[in-house]
Amino acid sequence: MALPLHVDVALTHLMGRKRQTLVSVTGAALGVGFFIAMAALMQGFQAFFIATVVDVAPHITISDEFREPARQPAVAAFPDGAVAVRGVKPQDERRGIKRGFAIIDALEEMPGVLVAPSLQGQVFLRYGATERNAALVGIDPRRELAITRLEKDMVAGSLLDLETRPDGVVMGVALAKRLGAATGDRLTAISPAGVLRRVTVVGLYRTGVTAFDDGMAFMLLKQAQILQDRANVINRIRLRLDDVDSARSIAARIEARFAYKAESWQEANEGIFNAFVIQNAIMYSTVGAIMVVAAFGIFNIISTVVFEKGRDIAILKSLGFAEADIRRIFLIEGVLVGVVGALLGWAIGYALVAALASVRFDLGGGQGAIQNDRFYLAYSITHYLIGAAFSITAASFAAWLPARRAARLNPVEIIRGAA
Amino acid sequence: MNAPPLVQAKGLTRVLPGVVPVTLVRDVDLSIAAGEFVAITGPSGSGKSSLLYLLGLLDRPTAGSVWLEGRDTAELDAAELAYLRLARLGFVFQFHFLLPEFTALGNVLIPMRKLAALPERAMRARALELLDRLGLADQAGKRPDQLSGGQRQRVAIARALANGPRLILADEPTGNLDTRNAQGVFDIFASLARESGTAVVTVTHDEHLAAQTHRRVVLVDGRVVDGA
Repeated sequence: MALPLHVDVALTHLMGRKRQTLVSVTGAALGVGFFIAMAALMQGFQAFFIATVVDVAPHITISDEFREPARQPAVAAFPDGAVAVRGVKPQDERRGIKRGFAIIDALEEMPGVLVAPSLQGQVFLRYGATERNAALVGIDPRRELAITRLEKDMVAGSLLDLETRPDGVVMGVALAKRLGAATGDRLTAISPAGVLRRVTVVGLYRTGVTAFDDGMAFMLLKQAQILQDRANVINRIRLRLDDVDSARSIAARIEARFAYKAESWQEANEGIFNAFVIQNAIMYSTVGAIMVVAAFGIFNIISTVVFEKGRDIAILKSLGFAEADIRRIFLIEGVLVGVVGALLGWAIGYALVAALASVRFDLGGGQGAIQNDRFYLAYSITHYLIGAAFSITAASFAAWLPARRAARLNPVEIIRGAA
Repeated sequence: MNAPPLVQAKGLTRVLPGVVPVTLVRDVDLSIAAGEFVAITGPSGSGKSSLLYLLGLLDRPTAGSVWLEGRDTAELDAAELAYLRLARLGFVFQFHFLLPEFTALGNVLIPMRKLAALPERAMRARALELLDRLGLADQAGKRPDQLSGGQRQRVAIARALANGPRLILADEPTGNLDTRNAQGVFDIFASLARESGTAVVTVTHDEHLAAQTHRRVVLVDGRVVDGA
């Protein structure tokens, strides 16, 4: 008897139709449960992906490119004039970041920023009769250790081995496998500049990101400069930040200051993050669809109760219940279904996530952008709260129409009809 | 000058709109004093129940108005009328009209819980006392379908009395009861009017019972022909 009167009457109505109530509650619960499981799955994967990318790749890469094509002197000289320059031939200049080491010194003044120079260029790697194209990155091993987590992905050797082996090269396991090479094997590297050098595999790594494992190799910066015939040139400055999320704004500041294109990790992976947005939209629309179906179930049971309990409504009105009271009773019925559905949905969601967490599968290795053997799941109270909000909102909307109809019932007509 | 009558109908008219409008109640003037026991009689379809619903603020008149305790109810909105029904009026219908899922005690408690003027313990005590007064002390925990017709009607009366109303409106309260139970209901009404000053207006077409009231109002075709 401790329940408030409106809740008491609402509960009595629902308990009078146990089976139908159960169906409505189950509908809402399934919606909430699936949402929690899907959200854990998708956001878990997204978080895993981001963590991997953030770990492996630098947070900001400054390259020797400009977003705007160079302005022609004629255009610069007559900024207000109608100048059209046709048939522009690019100047044959030595490519690379000019005064790169000065930029590095300036960047190192910034707090929470680690900087490493590199020279990246395409080379052919040849081992016996096998030839593979790879992006060869010339690095300073000690600085490189500071800006990526590549070292923890090493399966053989170390980046520091490059210091002791001037002809050393470190590459991804997938690339080595394709070449048929193992640690200690001597390969031939040929650059577009036409330089040919013998190199030795001193280390192998596996990050799980195919672009890294299958298409990249690292060697000493000096050696790379010789191979590319670009002495003292660097064309990438790579940064690692203490605050990963500030990459976008810091990149914008760097670009404003030095004019070179500075790409944050978010920008570099924009295509994938756009796919994530679409993925999330699909998830929310699927759950929305389940909830619409659940809402119809709730609408159905409350309409039925209003239809069957016309006499009770007339009694309550004759006893002095106002329209608002009647409306509240039936809204409470909807909300009760929504709340119980949400609670049950939490249990279903929790169970589904636990089941997903125990699944292991074998992708055969090497396929897909990222390799893994399990679902990466995000555990977040937010998913539970959003699921519950979905359920209760849908239930309230579904209850609104029948509740309004109940409130407007004319008691005199019903009493006359019964007499 | 005398105190205003408890309920006063002034030129009360109720027309059911439609292709052929039906006049249920036509220009009724009526006043009922506190403690009065009044029977409304008349042939079927003479507008007895319609008049009762208008007096009970359950329906709104097309013309004229009902004054309750010296106040014109035509000026009140639906929620205020509902509050007056809750605090000042009590209904008893021909069919018992109890909430089937609630016990006898639960049904009597509903108007009190809605009004929420008393603490919970006091509400329970009062509900049990009312049931006891109507000879239902041992039936408090039973649901309506476990009670006889006479018992149900007495539960309905107990519920109508829950908030200590000034006026009880009964619509053929004995229509479904045998003679003995019907007499019992009328005895309760008579003692209510006599002892607590509650006015009782009952629609009936039982001449024998109507004769036991203080006054008979006779309706024909929605018009009062006698007893106003």
